[in-house]
Amino acid sequence: MLYREAGQFKATYRADMQMFPIRQDRIAYYALLVFAFIGVPLLAHFQIGMFGRDYVFKAVLIPFLVLSLAAIGLNILTGYCGQISLGGGAFMAIGAYFGFKFATGFGPLMALPMVVSILLGGLSAAVIGVLFGIPSLRIKGLYLAVATLAAQFFFDWLFLRVKWFTNYEPSGSVSAPELNFFGYIVKSPVERYVLALTFVTAFALIAKNLVRGNLGRQWMAIRDMDIAAEIMGIRPLYAKLSAFAVSSFFCGVAGALWAFVHLGSWEPLAFNIDRSNQLLFMIIIGGLGSILGSFLGAAFILLLPFFLNQVPSALGLHISVETVTHLEFIIFGALICTLLIREPHGFAKLWSLAKEKLRLWPFPY
Amino acid sequence: MKRIKLCAALAVTGIAALAPAAFAQTANEQFIPALVYRTGAYAPNGIPWANGTSDYYTMLNERDGGINGVKIVYEECETGYATDKGVECYERLKGKGPTGAAYVAPLSTGITFALTEKAPGDKLPLLTLGYGRSDSRDGAVFGWNFIAMGSYWTAADVAIQHVAKEMGGFDKLKGKKISLVFHDSPYGKEPIAALEARAKKDGFELKLIPVTHPGLEQKSQWLSIRQDKPDYVLLWGWGVMNSASVKEAAAVNYPRDKMLGVWWSGAEPDVVPAGDGAIGYKALMLQHGAGRAKIHDDIEKFVYAKGNGAAKGDDAAQAKEGQVLYNRSLLNAMIGTEAIRTAQKKYGNKPLTGEQVRWGFEHLDLTADRIKELGFEGMMKPLKLTCADHQGADLARVHQWDGKAWKVISDYYTADRTVLDPIVKATAEKYAADKKITPRDCSKEE
Repeated sequence: MLYREAGQFKATYRADMQMFPIRQDRIAYYALLVFAFIGVPLLAHFQIGMFGRDYVFKAVLIPFLVLSLAAIGLNILTGYCGQISLGGGAFMAIGAYFGFKFATGFGPLMALPMVVSILLGGLSAAVIGVLFGIPSLRIKGLYLAVATLAAQFFFDWLFLRVKWFTNYEPSGSVSAPELNFFGYIVKSPVERYVLALTFVTAFALIAKNLVRGNLGRQWMAIRDMDIAAEIMGIRPLYAKLSAFAVSSFFCGVAGALWAFVHLGSWEPLAFNIDRSNQLLFMIIIGGLGSILGSFLGAAFILLLPFFLNQVPSALGLHISVETVTHLEFIIFGALICTLLIREPHGFAKLWSLAKEKLRLWPFPY
Repeated sequence: MKRIKLCAALAVTGIAALAPAAFAQTANEQFIPALVYRTGAYAPNGIPWANGTSDYYTMLNERDGGINGVKIVYEECETGYATDKGVECYERLKGKGPTGAAYVAPLSTGITFALTEKAPGDKLPLLTLGYGRSDSRDGAVFGWNFIAMGSYWTAADVAIQHVAKEMGGFDKLKGKKISLVFHDSPYGKEPIAALEARAKKDGFELKLIPVTHPGLEQKSQWLSIRQDKPDYVLLWGWGVMNSASVKEAAAVNYPRDKMLGVWWSGAEPDVVPAGDGAIGYKALMLQHGAGRAKIHDDIEKFVYAKGNGAAKGDDAAQAKEGQVLYNRSLLNAMIGTEAIRTAQKKYGNKPLTGEQVRWGFEHLDLTADRIKELGFEGMMKPLKLTCADHQGADLARVHQWDGKAWKVISDYYTADRTVLDPIVKATAEKYAADKKITPRDCSKEE
C-alpha cells in the first residue's frame, strides 16, 4: 500500500535509468542522507539520546563508515568481478602508509594537503592493486585468493621492516598529521564523522554508478562466465585489471581514512590478515555484488560484537570479561551460521525479498 | 511472530546497551576502567595482571572503604591485546562514573601509542607502568602519559650494564655480538634506539632479530642465532612468544644463562611452559620480583577470605605466592590509587576528574615510609613524579629462574641518564614539532 510504484510513470530514458527508480526509495534515500548529514550532528550538538556520547561516534559510527567503504571496494572485486581477494587489509595498509608519506612529504616532495594525500594514497593502492591483479589473468578462484594472500603478507612485512614508510619512527608506530582540510582543522568526533560520511557517500555513489554502467556490466559478465564474456567481446585483461584498480583504490582510501580519521596512530597490525578476513566476511554476509550489502555486512560484523559485549552489563548481569568475550564469539558464530543457512545470499537478498513483500502488502497473493 | 518479538527484544537490549546507563549513579564513587586481556595469545600474562588490579581495588574497598571514603568502582574491558579493541574499550569506559575515569592503564604499548593521541583531548592520564612510549618521560610534551618506574630505554640500558658486569667491565663489550630478539610491534621496537646508542658508545655489535606476532613460530630466528653465535641474547617478548623463545633456545642449545629478558619477559608464564629448558634464564625486574609482601596478607584477609578474589583455582594459588605479573599489577593499582589520594589532598575527598588526578600523579611522592605503610616494602624504592619527570625512577635488578622460582641475582642498577636523556629530549622534541604541541613550562606549574 505504502510501497507501491503504481502511478509512477517514466516519460524519459533518464528517469527510467535513475539510481532509485521507485519514488519511495528515493525519498528514503534522501531522508537518510539528510538525517546522517544534518540530523546526527544536530542530535550530537544538543546531546540527545545516544548521539550525545563520543563513544557512539568514535567507536561505532566512524569505524562503521570507513569499513563500509572498504567493503564496497572489496565487493567490486569479489562480488561484481568474481575475483576472490584476501588482500583487502593490504590495500588498506597501502592507502594508509602512502597517504601518510604524501601528507608528511618525502624527498623533494613537500607535505601535500590532506584530501590530496588521501586520494593519492588510494591511487598508490590502485597501481599496486593492478600489479597484484596481473596473476588473475592466468589463475582463478581459490588459487587467486592465495596470490592475493601473498600481497597481504608482503605488505605486512614491508611496512613493518622498511623504516622509510614510518618516517624512521623508532617504535614503528606512526601517528597521523592533523586533519587540515583547506585550512579547517577537523578535530571533534562529530567533525570526523561528517568527514568520513562525506567520503563514504561520494565513493558509494561512484561505486553504485560504476557497477550500473558499462564497466560494471563487463565485470559481471566476467564473473558469470569469463569465456562467454570473452567471446562476446569483453577483454578480460581490461575488465579484470580495472576491477582490481577500482577496488584497490576504494580500499586504499578507506585505509587512509581508517588511519587518519579513526585510529590517529597505527602500526601494521591494524591492517593484518584479520582485517582482510573481516572484509571478506562483511561482503559475504552483507551480500556479494551489492553496494547496500556492503553497508549491511559492515554493520553486522562490526557492530554486533559491540552490542553482544555490552548486553550483559546493560542488563545488570555481572559476568567476567572472558566469559562475555567467549559468549560473544559463540553467539556471533552461531548467528553467522544461521544467517548463511537461511539466506546464503546475505542481507542484501533479505532486503530485496522484504521489498518484494512490501510491494504486495497488505494483499499478498 | 515469535521471531519478530525476539528480534525486537534484541534490538531493545542493543539500544539499551548504547544508551547512557539509566540507573542512578551514587555520587561518592571513583570510576577506574581496566583494559585487560583474559583471552587470546597474551592471556597467560594478561590474566595475573587483570587479577592483581581487581584484587587491589577490592581490598581497598573492603579494608578502607575506598580511598578516603570514596569507593572505587572498577570495570574490565577485554582488549585481546588488539589496538582497535583497546581504543573501543577506552571510548566506552572513559566517561563512566560520576566524574568519568580517573586514569587508564592500557597494558599494551600499541594501545598506549593510540591513546597518547586521544588522552590530551579527553584530559585523562595514562598510567603505563614500565611500558609505553619511552620518550613520554618528558612530561612537558607528554602531559598525560605517566611511564612510572621505568621505560624500555631504562631497561635496555640496565640490560647492557648487566651484560657488561658479567663480562667483566664495559671495556670488554668492544667487538662483542649482542642480539635482540624482539616482538615485531611498537613494544619490541621501542628499546632499539637506546640499544643503538649504547652500541655506539660501548662498541658492541647489535643484531636485530624480529619475531612476528604472536611469536609461536621462531625456528628461523633461532637457527640464525645458532649460526651467528652472539655473546648475549636480549629478549623483548610478550605472551606466548617468551616461552616459545626459551624453548627454541633450548632446542638449538643456546646457553640460557646468556639470555636476558626485559621485565615483560621475566614472569612465571614465560618459563614454566619451557620446563627444565628454562633453567638459568635471566630477566630484568621492574624493581620488584616474585614473592610475598605485607600487602598479600591484606589481600588474602580482605579479599580471598571473603571469596571476592578475581583469581580462581591455580591462578589464586599463584597470586597468593606473589607471582611476578600479579605483583606488578598490585604496584600499578597502588600507584594509580595513591595518585588519586594525592590529588584528594588538593581537591577534597570526593570523586575526581582525570585532570585532577593528573595533578595527583605529578605530585606523587612515595617515600620509603609510605611504601612500608602501604605494605609494599621490598617491592619498590621511593618514587617521585613531577611535571617534568613522568618516570621518576631508573632502577632495575636481574633475577634468574632456577627451575622452580625466580632468584634475585643482582643489586639495583641505575640506568645511565647521560645516554638516555638526549634520546628522550630529541624524540620528545620531534613529537612536539610534528604534533604542534607547545611544551608546558614545568617551572610555572603548581
